[in-house]
Amino acid sequence: MSKMTVEVVTPERVVYSGEANMVIARGVEGDLGILPNHMPLVTPLKIAPVRIKLEGDKELVIAVSGGFMEVRGDKVTIIAESAELPGDIDVERAKQAKERAEKRLNEKHPDLDMIRAQRALERALLRLDVTKNI
Amino acid sequence: MAKGIRELRRRIKSVKNTRQITKAMKMVAAAKLRRAQETAEAARPYARKIQEVISSIASGTTNVKHPMLQSRPVKKTGYIVITSDRGLAGGYNANMIRKVITTIAEKHKSQDEYTIFVIGRKGRDYFRKRNYPVIQEIIGLPESPTFADVKKISSAAVQLFAEEKIDELYICYNEFQSAISQVPTITRLLPLDAVAGEASDRKVNYEYEPSAEEVLAVLLPKYAETIVYSSVLDSKASFYGAQMTAMGNATDNATDMIGRYTLQYNRARQAAITQEISEIVAGANAQA
Repeated sequence: MSKMTVEVVTPERVVYSGEANMVIARGVEGDLGILPNHMPLVTPLKIAPVRIKLEGDKELVIAVSGGFMEVRGDKVTIIAESAELPGDIDVERAKQAKERAEKRLNEKHPDLDMIRAQRALERALLRLDVTKNI
Repeated sequence: MAKGIRELRRRIKSVKNTRQITKAMKMVAAAKLRRAQETAEAARPYARKIQEVISSIASGTTNVKHPMLQSRPVKKTGYIVITSDRGLAGGYNANMIRKVITTIAEKHKSQDEYTIFVIGRKGRDYFRKRNYPVIQEIIGLPESPTFADVKKISSAAVQLFAEEKIDELYICYNEFQSAISQVPTITRLLPLDAVAGEASDRKVNYEYEPSAEEVLAVLLPKYAETIVYSSVLDSKASFYGAQMTAMGNATDNATDMIGRYTLQYNRARQAAITQEISEIVAGANAQA
């Protein structure tokens, strides 16, 4: 089976770099499965887990928010404001963030930045989701 | 005479203490400089990638229109000024602030024409005290700031531009050239100059989902924020460079001073001894 290289980059560091058989990501238009030799593509990503299928049925899940994906030849690059491997996520903090965001959304303050709270909630849910199955 | 000697001895001791501190600070700054440079280096792939994609969109598709790429008549200008939280870094903050206020004085007649975003306690205190229109500030950035730390200012600035509340955005920071040379620079961030050019040799025809325009609309603000972030990292490195130099100089000066005082001290001591001898001799002579 042919392979492709995958790289996940944030402003702070390169989170993951390696070979993969398939990458599954949620683009703004819907889920995308990228196999080797995909045509060049650029798309923004939703706040969602990105699944990277590795050699021998192993799967790596990365929590990606605020990112986009570039596919070029046999190289997939995911550029994101934050990207975390499940092991790097602080579950307690994510839980707190979730509660905080939920509280904010329920209060419905007129001057509150609803979009921001919504995003914060999405991020927290994503982190919890990704850590659930390790 | 004896008092002069004691005074000198005390000074020598005090300068020695100072030298010890400046020497330690220099070494700490050197270590932190290295780390800051590494962080700045680590941020580069991200910025490069975004730039690559943007320029390939810009070169691949003609007439792409986005407000962030177009100049419009300037009614109000935004400045992001990056300073440090702490001093003891020579002219690091003073040079930056001076450059900013001369630019502002040249370009604007009234305070309605510009607004300032400031990072760092030194800059914040300065602009606040003098009643400059500071709209947002970040102080107490950690040693190696994360993207999220800086995002508050970068996205606010970019958003103000998108809402046409400001028509230009400048970023003012100390550009890191080497450990001994940092240059205060003011560059225009928005509207973005054509980012095209560099990547043209390896042009790829991408498929854009949902469309080139929409991808661009997501990427351009990100790009602007990335530039702010990397400027912050750059000026962090500059800060430690400046501090290292300043503390190095201070240590050298202290060494000089100790040398001078020691010379004076020895002279005074010798003079006192000479005087004492001549007094004894004079006394002995008088007795005889």
